[in-house]
Amino acid sequence: MRVGLFIPCYVDQFYPQVAIATLELLEKLGVEVGFPLKQTCCGQPMANSGYEHLTGGCNALFTELFAEFDYVVSPSGSCTLHVKEHLHVDGSEAAAKSVRSRIYELTEFLTDVLKIEHLRARFPYRVSMHQACHGQRGLHLSQMSELVAAPYSKPERLLKMVDGLQLVPLTRPDECCGFGGTFCVTEEAVSARVGQDRIADHEQSGTEYITSADMSCLMHLEGILRRKNSPVRVRHIAEILNAE
Amino acid sequence: MSKTAKDHAGLAADFNKDPERVSWHDETLWWVRAKRDKAAQGIPEWEALRETASGIKAHTLSNLSAYLEAFEKAAIANGAIVHWAADAAEHNEIVLSLLRKAKADRMMKSKSMLTEECHLNDFLKARGVETIDTDLGERIVQLLDEPPSHIVLPAIHRKKEEIGVLFHKHLDTPEGSADPQLLTHAARLNLRDVFLTRNVALTGVNFAIAETGEFVVCTNEGNADMGAHLADIHIAAMGIEKLIPKREHLGFFLRLLTRSATGQPITTYSSHFKKPRAGQELHIILVDNGRSVQLGREDFRSSLKCIRCGACMNTCPVYRRSGGHSYHTAVAGPIGSILAPNLDMEKYADLPFASTLCGSCTNVCPVKIDIHEQLYKWRQVIVKNGYSGKLKTASMKGMAFVLSKPRVFNFSGKAGRWVLKHAPFIVNNALNPWYKQRDMPEPPAESFHQWYSKNRGKRS
Repeated sequence: MRVGLFIPCYVDQFYPQVAIATLELLEKLGVEVGFPLKQTCCGQPMANSGYEHLTGGCNALFTELFAEFDYVVSPSGSCTLHVKEHLHVDGSEAAAKSVRSRIYELTEFLTDVLKIEHLRARFPYRVSMHQACHGQRGLHLSQMSELVAAPYSKPERLLKMVDGLQLVPLTRPDECCGFGGTFCVTEEAVSARVGQDRIADHEQSGTEYITSADMSCLMHLEGILRRKNSPVRVRHIAEILNAE
Repeated sequence: MSKTAKDHAGLAADFNKDPERVSWHDETLWWVRAKRDKAAQGIPEWEALRETASGIKAHTLSNLSAYLEAFEKAAIANGAIVHWAADAAEHNEIVLSLLRKAKADRMMKSKSMLTEECHLNDFLKARGVETIDTDLGERIVQLLDEPPSHIVLPAIHRKKEEIGVLFHKHLDTPEGSADPQLLTHAARLNLRDVFLTRNVALTGVNFAIAETGEFVVCTNEGNADMGAHLADIHIAAMGIEKLIPKREHLGFFLRLLTRSATGQPITTYSSHFKKPRAGQELHIILVDNGRSVQLGREDFRSSLKCIRCGACMNTCPVYRRSGGHSYHTAVAGPIGSILAPNLDMEKYADLPFASTLCGSCTNVCPVKIDIHEQLYKWRQVIVKNGYSGKLKTASMKGMAFVLSKPRVFNFSGKAGRWVLKHAPFIVNNALNPWYKQRDMPEPPAESFHQWYSKNRGKRS
């Protein structure tokens, strides 16, 4: 099985440790991982701003780079969902469709493809889970509080395999953090306020680390935590699942 | 409403100048959302109910002209007088002509978002007709000279202390009293007088049944009934999307509506109207006002399934922290943001962007409108029609260029991280909206690209 690793642009630039953890975790689980060096971005920042018609270059590059792999795996629910829903390439639609059907978010890949039952990981801290919306409501990584349906959570199932980790509950288990891509600057007042409210919920839980399957939400939450000098830290789920 | 100079972001920033009010607004509406969850969880077949209701609406919308004609025929046979209004102006003129014919210069009105959409009160006021809203929340915002901020809870942006001041001024309640029971009682006495002295009553319509020509009005206060039963002229104003085919379909919607709206199993009054009583006139106004245009937009057609429960507002993280008035349209929140651009794309170009696209609205919607996906699609339509700023277009083109060229991307990233490390004042200042309330990420020494080339380069 050959897996192409897709690292979101902002993770590449600001959070290389998340990408390294993802790579090491997959390799630890016996997966052959390739990282096409020409990769840049999934195109979501333009598309969510109403400029999907400008994403042709990104889409063509993405499809060309990842067509050769059995699976594409990314440590981001949001970017994965964007590719799944919006990757189209004029003249190479079959290849694009094939990539769309083979891309997985990391915890989804570990759960549904690798069918992981055990992990050798240790993270002896209190951890609270931020359910990133695109992973949850778009990729259905976990059950949504709005629906009348049986609960499950792929990321939490994996976290429960980690030695020493204690998951602490929130009062609003799956409210958005307010990041929203370019929304975080175009609607600064609301974005920051939603984030501050989420932080308050995490803090009341007694958490030491906020984790999520999406680093973009955590970047926003981390910015608020650091501004208020909070002792709470953020860790992408890949970093926790890879911790020893 | 007059054209506002500020867009949603600006109005929301104003709302956020009072953080305590934001907390209170958020918590109040989240409490309603929690009540909705509890009510939904009590119905094991909830998701099947939503699916069925959505299907009934889809079928009705696909055959709307036939159902409208069937409804008209049945309503006329029942003794109602049916009017057709192509737009808000025609609707308002019809109401005015009915008032003039009855020589009435006063009218009472129960909750109708359609008349808010048509700005009926202002229209009538300018022509010497006084309208009294009989729904308590609507009456409050009317006395405040404000539009409703929520379709189900019109005065939810106001605290009881503010209502106390308002009622002291208008209804002579004791100064400084904010006791809800006392205030409600004062409104009740005042409205009782309205009910007894007005001869024309306008009501909204929640559901109209094509098969029988009947319609159903849902209120928690019984105010629609008080008005319609006492007046000699009952005007029912409805959007053409309010139809359902048969009486047997009503149960699905009545079970969903109030559970979604407030968590109640059913509205206190679900009043069925069929024919005028002896000596009474019953007028039904069927209003298009852009609905047939929306019906023709394939991507946005299903927005017409909306039954105006307000659940998408209560769950919306943005609505709860920006207030209904920040949407500067009659129907606020996520659903309003996909309905309003259809009426005026330029004026409401900001609304589809007033969302994080979290998708919670879609999940609570009792008729399964894919609201967040339509918000995304409206963004594309608005940009293509030239209603986004030139600066934004230029920056998006720049971004598209950088992100489609691997070398440029890696160079820009390196430059950006260098700036963050060595000259953070370039980004950490008041011109950067991120930095206002959030710190920038700590710039790492190298990107993953660089790390990978160094550590695994040969294997790629």
